[in-house]
Amino acid sequence: MDCKKLKLSGLEPLIIDENSNFINIGERTNVAGSRKFLRLIKEENYDEALDIARHQVEGGAQIIDINMDDGLIDGKKAMVDFMNLIAAEPDIARVPIMIDSSKWEIIEAGLQVAQGKCIVNSISLKEGEENFINQATLIKRYGAAAIIMAFDEVGQADSYERRLEITKRSYDILVNKVGFPPQDIIFDLNIFPVATGMDEHKSNATDFIDATRWVKENLPCVSVSGGLSNVSFSFRGNNTVREAMHSVFLYHAIQAGMNMGIVNPTMLEVYDEIPKDLLEHVEDVILNRRDDATERLLEFAETVKGTKKEQIIDLSWRKKSLQDRITHALVKGVDAFIIEDIEEARQNADEPVEVIENNLMTGMSVVGAFFGSGKMFLPQVVKSARVMKKAVAYLTPYIEEMKEAPKSPKGTYHWQTANPVLYGLLKDHAKKMRNQPTEAESLLWNVLNGKQLEGYKFRRQHIIGEYIIDFICLRENLIIEVDGLIHQLPENKANDKERTKWLESEGYRVIRFTNKDVLTNLDFVLESILKTLKALPLGVGRAEAAKILMATVKGDVHDIGKNIVSVVLSCNNYKIIDLGVMVPPEKIIEAAKKESVDVIGLSGLITPSLDEMVFLAKEMERQNFKVPLLIGGATTSKAHTAVKIDPEYKYGVVHVLDASKAVTVVGDLLNKKNSEKYLKNIKEDYKKVRKGFYSRAKKKEFLTLVEARNNKLKIDWVNEIIPTPKFIGTKVFEKINLKKLIDYIDWTPFFRTWELHGKFPEILTDEKVGEEATKLFTDAKMMLKRIVKNNLLEAKAVFGIFPANTVDNDDIEVYENSFRESVKANFITLRQQGKKRAGIANIALADFIAPKESKKEDYIGAFCVTAGFGTDELAREFEAEHQDYEAIMVKAIADRLAEALAEYLHQEVRRQFWGYASDEQFINNDLVKEKFRGIRPAPGYPSCPDHTEKRTIWNLLKVKENIGVKLTEGLSMWPAASVSGYYFANKKSKYFGLGKITKEQVQDFAKRKNMKIDEAKKWLSPNLE
Amino acid sequence: MGEKRLIMQKIEEILKEKILILDGAMGTMIQQYNFTEEDFRGERFKDFPVPLKGNNDLLSITQPEAIREIHKKYLEAGADIIETNTFSGTTIAMADYKMEDLVYELNYESAKIAKEIANEFTKNEPKKPRFVAGSMGPTNKTASMSPEVDDPGFRAITFEELKTAYKQQAEALIDGGADLLLVETVFDTLNAKAALFAIEEIKSERKIHIPVMVSGTITDASGRTLSGQTAEAFLISVSHIPLLTVGLNCALGAKQLTPYLQIISDKTSFAVSAHPNAGLPNAFGEYDESPQDMAEQIKEYLDKNLVNIVGGCCGTTPDHIKAIAEVVKDYKPRIAVQ
Repeated sequence: MDCKKLKLSGLEPLIIDENSNFINIGERTNVAGSRKFLRLIKEENYDEALDIARHQVEGGAQIIDINMDDGLIDGKKAMVDFMNLIAAEPDIARVPIMIDSSKWEIIEAGLQVAQGKCIVNSISLKEGEENFINQATLIKRYGAAAIIMAFDEVGQADSYERRLEITKRSYDILVNKVGFPPQDIIFDLNIFPVATGMDEHKSNATDFIDATRWVKENLPCVSVSGGLSNVSFSFRGNNTVREAMHSVFLYHAIQAGMNMGIVNPTMLEVYDEIPKDLLEHVEDVILNRRDDATERLLEFAETVKGTKKEQIIDLSWRKKSLQDRITHALVKGVDAFIIEDIEEARQNADEPVEVIENNLMTGMSVVGAFFGSGKMFLPQVVKSARVMKKAVAYLTPYIEEMKEAPKSPKGTYHWQTANPVLYGLLKDHAKKMRNQPTEAESLLWNVLNGKQLEGYKFRRQHIIGEYIIDFICLRENLIIEVDGLIHQLPENKANDKERTKWLESEGYRVIRFTNKDVLTNLDFVLESILKTLKALPLGVGRAEAAKILMATVKGDVHDIGKNIVSVVLSCNNYKIIDLGVMVPPEKIIEAAKKESVDVIGLSGLITPSLDEMVFLAKEMERQNFKVPLLIGGATTSKAHTAVKIDPEYKYGVVHVLDASKAVTVVGDLLNKKNSEKYLKNIKEDYKKVRKGFYSRAKKKEFLTLVEARNNKLKIDWVNEIIPTPKFIGTKVFEKINLKKLIDYIDWTPFFRTWELHGKFPEILTDEKVGEEATKLFTDAKMMLKRIVKNNLLEAKAVFGIFPANTVDNDDIEVYENSFRESVKANFITLRQQGKKRAGIANIALADFIAPKESKKEDYIGAFCVTAGFGTDELAREFEAEHQDYEAIMVKAIADRLAEALAEYLHQEVRRQFWGYASDEQFINNDLVKEKFRGIRPAPGYPSCPDHTEKRTIWNLLKVKENIGVKLTEGLSMWPAASVSGYYFANKKSKYFGLGKITKEQVQDFAKRKNMKIDEAKKWLSPNLE
Repeated sequence: MGEKRLIMQKIEEILKEKILILDGAMGTMIQQYNFTEEDFRGERFKDFPVPLKGNNDLLSITQPEAIREIHKKYLEAGADIIETNTFSGTTIAMADYKMEDLVYELNYESAKIAKEIANEFTKNEPKKPRFVAGSMGPTNKTASMSPEVDDPGFRAITFEELKTAYKQQAEALIDGGADLLLVETVFDTLNAKAALFAIEEIKSERKIHIPVMVSGTITDASGRTLSGQTAEAFLISVSHIPLLTVGLNCALGAKQLTPYLQIISDKTSFAVSAHPNAGLPNAFGEYDESPQDMAEQIKEYLDKNLVNIVGGCCGTTPDHIKAIAEVVKDYKPRIAVQ
């Protein structure tokens, strides 16, 4: 029978036929399967719930299963809300959805909000034929495929025969009575646990596999699916065994015809990589090959489990082949044996560089593949890079030495360039010659020896093959001959031509001078030598890695992300030219030219950096660059890149979302065959984004500034009681005890830095990243301990509380003293201008301070804290030892400490100095934190995106003088691990996003700031309409 | 009931033999009458509380002669299928004019006018039977997109509401004499799925067969519908019920539509329809592709064997349809992949 294909759709099609690979259904958006997802749904934290869905799609799930069946949530509402939100996320909505529920009303609600063709999971004959027919008819009418459970009025099919009976009956009803398209039928044949200890369960896996085969042979066109994790149920807690069981089961079930399944890819070992003994035990159980299979596996599992639990270091991998050991060391990030292994590889290799090109790159490509497919995470990759760097550092001297000569004629060691048979004879002759140089030779040697000529090392009377040549720079393969024949063995009088030809065929370059040249025009001779040296192509065997320039742009000091990308790229054998932070554009351009780099990567964290990137793109265009430009960093986005940067630079700009994308992007860019097409596709894509952006941008409605001000946040100032601060003025703290800050650390962003997504502490037990997160956390705590114990970082803070009132709606006047007569500073705030729904105010920070005309005495605070002194030095120390992981760790921890200090100081201000919350208790928990009275918004963040306000804070608090934190040209703070902002104490004060503002407000702002319009536009550009 | 079944077989048989011509734009033709507010209101709605100018569907009641005349011109131009003047004939779209209560009558009358004139032509030329397609537009709300930028999970309309509205429209069109139903200008597939669901309900409740055409709209060069689907994803999402045709219309001119039509044509076993605009709008928002130019573009469809039914959307006139009919007559219909 000719079958039609099973066609599904989200925003894009998914077509499944007999040639398709196994279809992987994402299972993390299932409240029954993921505790984290359940919690997020219960909390209605849909943003993070969407991240889980996105993560799955990015991780390769071709369909996502959504299940909201939980007693404590309104499943129907949750299903509808979540699916509606997914519909607004094109990167998730592109795949089809599997609507998973045991309740028909939830399934139907889901079907009513899906524009694509979904899969219903599931229906069955459980409640009788009539019900089954009705549901199937409706599913067909809604336009979905369906999973049919092997279940009927009697119960779930638990034997081979029952599976056949139920599937056959279901099939006949669906195809003949309902007219259901057979290709839209997906049977779930019930995967049950094996190795439970009960005899009747022994054939659970084989029954499934055999029934699958029968179904595929006898019920035309259908698919077979199942939930994999059940099979290993008895081995909960022993992931090694579970993973092996899953792989073995799938391996056999797929061969029988199972073509899709709900599978957690992290709970899957590669079939070929299951250790032989484990594989045998597991296959015995899955395939029911021995009566005592279960007992044997249980016993064996204990040994596997035991080693994991007791953390005995398993060194069995040391017995594997050299390549396997090197790969293992890279994948697992173990550096204990790497030097030993690399030395062995070096001795086996013809040239040391081959160890990098072959052994190390083989290992790193495994790392790359695992990382790309989500089987490894960023911290692991950084550890891999550490091992890689250590290995390369060990090899480098050998490679350098090797570079000094091409392969010798016999392919042995590089310095043995002589013909081994004639060597003895030649050696004596050469020695003699060295003692009897001609006048010209003496003169030339005088200027060449001891690396005098720009550091090039020359040897004289060197033997190559059967020739003795006058001078040679082995490193550049350059031979200099002065007046030919006299130094040859009399017996081997080949003429100059022959000799040159042979030498050139061996990879050398030969230049000749006459005695006269040397004696009368030495300058000319040296110039010619230099010219040739520099013009020389790279030596034999030096496959030069592509060069990537990395820089954090002018005015910005943040480099953690850039460093991570650098590390990841460098361990993929790219040469990184890292210009550091705050790099001015002309320096980037100059370095790019000088080093003739292949890719330029720009990073930035603060919004003004976006303009720097645009500027650099323009500059590259003006100078006619033909090098792809990568854009990355926290404030960058695909939209900004597409709208603002891409149009400025014709050759090609790519926004790199995170480090995991960097490798593939660079790989695509440098792949000679496809790079042009790749860049073209990106250009097209950005064009689309731009078009969408402009068409969307038009739709947004804005209020005039007057209208927005009229709709300000209204506080009843007449009845407002404003507490008088217990302290007024500025206060400085130095030598802050870091230990005090530890409890205040919010760890969630720390994990985000490492591209591990999830809330702390739940992330430590997360099913996917939990293990890595735990390791990372252990390392972080160790580093933190070290920092605290040895006072490796220095923390300081300054804050001030001042009398203040709002004037002219949007400005805050800060007064010298309580008489409120002379103005010390003006904070210029920005007001939301997007049209709001009725009853919602257009807020500005100024709304939280009593206006002057209210005659109420109000106050404002400001602060700057840092934990960053010492970070750079410490990081550099680690970098010098190839400890990139630690170097990044130090910076990430310094950032956390600075945030913790900001949190701590704010609390002290609330409790003690301002004192309006003297009874407040400390609880480090986001949800509770939000409930504290008062906010500390920071310039450059959504409530007040204007970075120039930092200058006002700096003047007001004398920040630089008091604690040494400086502002860069781009108004980023140095040290990077610093936080500054305002304090607002009003009960109604809250964080908000300014959103887009109109030109009118920018003009007004510029006037109030006493700033040129263009400058104001530059600073506010991300918020310009 | 039996008669409907007969027509279904007939139109399917005819489709095997030749390419059928669908009519052109209704709105463009109505514009030429320059109807005033009073004309739109007619006697019956002279005191209606809201402005009615622009409610083109209403003209089937207040200016039936004009509508009849437009249909006649298209039939004369060679159209095999004319569309009823009911693009906005749902309670949802009519809410703008507070005319929800009039929906049944509007659809019924529109179908009746079209059917009467079509029958006249069939009688005069029995070898070229003429069909009436009940036009079911997308409504002015979307079921899978939020109109609120800040609230992406919000929906202004539900599947149930759409289904109810479409069901009422389809029933009235069938009662008024429509031979087939055309769910068209689909910019949100979920809206179309609600329409198809409603039609399936009617078919099952009334135990009738009525051929259904579905026509999606690719909004721009991104190659996607407004709700984000690719042409193929759209096709997959509406192929669960037996369709007379599936195709594309509106938003793009014949030329820009070609690549997406190619995808549809390659991937469906149903017959394929296309009724593009008369080019892309010019700087004044007008469609100005001439009948000859458009027919020339349509020729490319025919050379590539892409279509079974072809007609026009925004900006097209009887002249366009005539020019298209002229090129079509030399071509054999597309044979669908099975």
